[in-house]
Amino acid sequence: MVKNIIDWIDARIPMTATYNRHVGQYATPKNFNFWYFFGSLALLVLVNQLLTGIWLTMNYVPTAEGAFASVEYIMRDVDYGWLLRYMHSTGASAFFFVIYMHMFRGLIYGSYQKPRELLWLFGMLIFLVLMAEAFMGYLLPWGQMSYWGAQVIISLFGAIPVIGDDLTLWIRGDYVISGATLNRFFALHVIALPLVLVVLVFLHLIALHEVGSNNPDGVEIKKNKDENGWPIDGIPFHPYYTVKDIMGVAGFLIVFCYVLFFMPEGGGYFLEKPNFEAANPMKTPEHIAPVWYFTPFYAILRAIPDKLVGVIGMGLSIAVLFLLPWLDRCKVKSIRYRSMIHKINIAQFTVSFIILGYLGVVPATPELTIAARVFTFTYFAFFVALWVYSKNEKTKEVPTRVTH
Amino acid sequence: MKKLLIALVTLLPSLAMAASGHSVHLESANVDLHDKASLERGLDSFQHYCSGCHSTQYQRYERVATDLGISNDDMRNKYMFTGAKIGDLMENAIPTPDAAKWFGAAPPDLTLVARVRGADWVFSYLKGFYLDETRPFGVNNTVFPSVGMPHVLQDLQGLATVTKDEAGNASLVKDKDGNLVTTGGKLTAEEYDQVVRDITGFLVYSAEPVQLEREALGWWVLGFLFIFFIIAYLLKKEYWKDVH
Amino acid sequence: MSNAPVDTGRRRFLTAATAVVGGAGAVAVAVPFIKSWNPSAKAKAAGAPVEVNISKVEPGQLIRVEWRGKPVWVVRRTEAVLNNLKTLDSKLRDPASEEMQQPEYATNPARSIKPEFFIAVGICTHLGCSPTYLPDSFGEQVEGVASGFFCPCHGSKFDMAGRVFQGVPAPLNLVIPPHKYVDDANVIIGVDTGAA
Repeated sequence: MVKNIIDWIDARIPMTATYNRHVGQYATPKNFNFWYFFGSLALLVLVNQLLTGIWLTMNYVPTAEGAFASVEYIMRDVDYGWLLRYMHSTGASAFFFVIYMHMFRGLIYGSYQKPRELLWLFGMLIFLVLMAEAFMGYLLPWGQMSYWGAQVIISLFGAIPVIGDDLTLWIRGDYVISGATLNRFFALHVIALPLVLVVLVFLHLIALHEVGSNNPDGVEIKKNKDENGWPIDGIPFHPYYTVKDIMGVAGFLIVFCYVLFFMPEGGGYFLEKPNFEAANPMKTPEHIAPVWYFTPFYAILRAIPDKLVGVIGMGLSIAVLFLLPWLDRCKVKSIRYRSMIHKINIAQFTVSFIILGYLGVVPATPELTIAARVFTFTYFAFFVALWVYSKNEKTKEVPTRVTH
Repeated sequence: MKKLLIALVTLLPSLAMAASGHSVHLESANVDLHDKASLERGLDSFQHYCSGCHSTQYQRYERVATDLGISNDDMRNKYMFTGAKIGDLMENAIPTPDAAKWFGAAPPDLTLVARVRGADWVFSYLKGFYLDETRPFGVNNTVFPSVGMPHVLQDLQGLATVTKDEAGNASLVKDKDGNLVTTGGKLTAEEYDQVVRDITGFLVYSAEPVQLEREALGWWVLGFLFIFFIIAYLLKKEYWKDVH
Repeated sequence: MSNAPVDTGRRRFLTAATAVVGGAGAVAVAVPFIKSWNPSAKAKAAGAPVEVNISKVEPGQLIRVEWRGKPVWVVRRTEAVLNNLKTLDSKLRDPASEEMQQPEYATNPARSIKPEFFIAVGICTHLGCSPTYLPDSFGEQVEGVASGFFCPCHGSKFDMAGRVFQGVPAPLNLVIPPHKYVDDANVIIGVDTGAA
């Protein structure tokens, strides 16, 4: 009976073939480590955001007059509304945490290198759209930080010569941030960007399954196949990585739910305190800080003393990541078999990124601004240095098989 | 990986500092949301002393009554003064433009004040009023300088005074036991602390009424996930025998 | 891949255990999503029981009160109307109120707690229009019955106890809402008699 139904469907769409290609017979390297959980976790968090997001729109009111009160209405009057809201707000931070870990994995194991350049580009586009999505979503609660944070970020576009002022006016649809801005951000946040995001995630997965997954050794498992054409170091995604990812999901959810149920404000970093006060165009909060996941880039912006150059610098700090596949000219992928200088470079980049993130949340002082400049320099130096030394890098010998 | 973790751990304390922000020393409010009697006293004080000017307009009387274990009739008779219905939001009677004219700024809604400022701030603020003839209402506040509000709890606390050091920083005059020296209050320092703690507790409750439910549910969820993790781990181990 | 023998029993057991526990988790996650569709505290407050003072209602007069967004009628019936009700059984679909369109305490010939006061939800049981009260001219609809309710949408007719006449589209008698008398002059709509 079941077989008949499956045959009937398969004669019409390639259901079984698709399943086999992407899950049942997708050859996955058997030496994945901890870092390889974050891809599937990103998918989990995406689903969480989509579902809770849809449910939040059922009670949220996207008007300047009603937005703040409707969030409190969700928190108080709607059955389990508080849980849906915290799932969404905690999910936003979790999304960036997971994505940063996922990107870091790509960085250390050279997952952006040939033939995975397009895979990396799709990933970077996802990151970019996700930042836009998070930024627009943050305006919706219409709290003080929503309002003034958006004010600051939109003003960045004013730095663009000639068209800057007209552009900011056009983005806001008003002379200040207003209900008009809120409405368009709402539309983009709940419809347009999620659609783009889902399409990009689809393309990211298609690209991945076309070239196959990289692994901690950076060895192409497709180069070693048995007589049936199956990679010797590969194992089918299902059941081996489904069961492993289920375990990863359970572990992740323990941390996620701990935050959700016991510290949903995340110490003032996931839900900022001033945002519990309704937006007031007449009163700026003492200290405006973006949410933690934007702060490394924000610190770069603040470090540069010129408004236009600052905006360019911030844009460049993200844009340069797109170029990673071409900046790294080394043929060896994994950090395991690369030179000491590369290891040091990645370590200093990681430290720079984290310290910039810290500097972005604290108020700027003269000393901290100098620190921010130093680490902005080292952030960019990573890419320049990589381009220079990777051409003739002294690497270790890469094994022909994965180590496991 | 290790470097990353170490860097994270060393940065955490400074992050916590950055999040709290305020430089004024705040006293610990020490509220207990399980103490329903305290919360009800807080509601009582809030309704009598504060609600004339400050709304808590995001919450409903009925929900507060249910959460604090007060019957609807008691709620109506003891704590509702505006002619509102039990299911209504706790709005106040004075129109905002008038209030802005009387006080210079409209008294803010206080439903979420404990989330915006923190419980310790609320507690310290209510204990921070002192005599200052230069202000319109004759009082100022140590945690909220140039406050635009009279000391509504003055008949309970009395009025404190400050001494100023060379830099002009005000500090409240205290006796050798560390209690405030006040004149004209009905209550002792401890009794007043309790009143203020009750009000703070009520406002902490108001800011997030679901807090206790959230944590209680959280333990169940974590317990479930822990069991699920163990089963998933065993399943993974079982299948991966093939690979090893 | 190793060729060690596979313990299929253990494997099956653990797979089933994961599926069951994971499935239970998925069901639990669905709960907040489903429950969030219940009426919110705001909706419940708006739909809270309403107290009506009926002491000023004249004989033959109908007053409307809103309860849960629906019109609820309070009609003061005269002795003549009440006597007329007893004569209509043969023309009605459900004269003895066998269908539970009313609370237990209103399952009686007059379909009310006090015969004098008829309290009903003014929504036609056909497709939800609100029937018109015809205090004098109902005779044009049903011969020999002076007053009743006539639904303009599809022509359904109800007597002064909200009972539906035969040969009209409406299938059931009008709904009697839960209500209780606080005292002689006041009635609460939305709370059952006997409830606290």
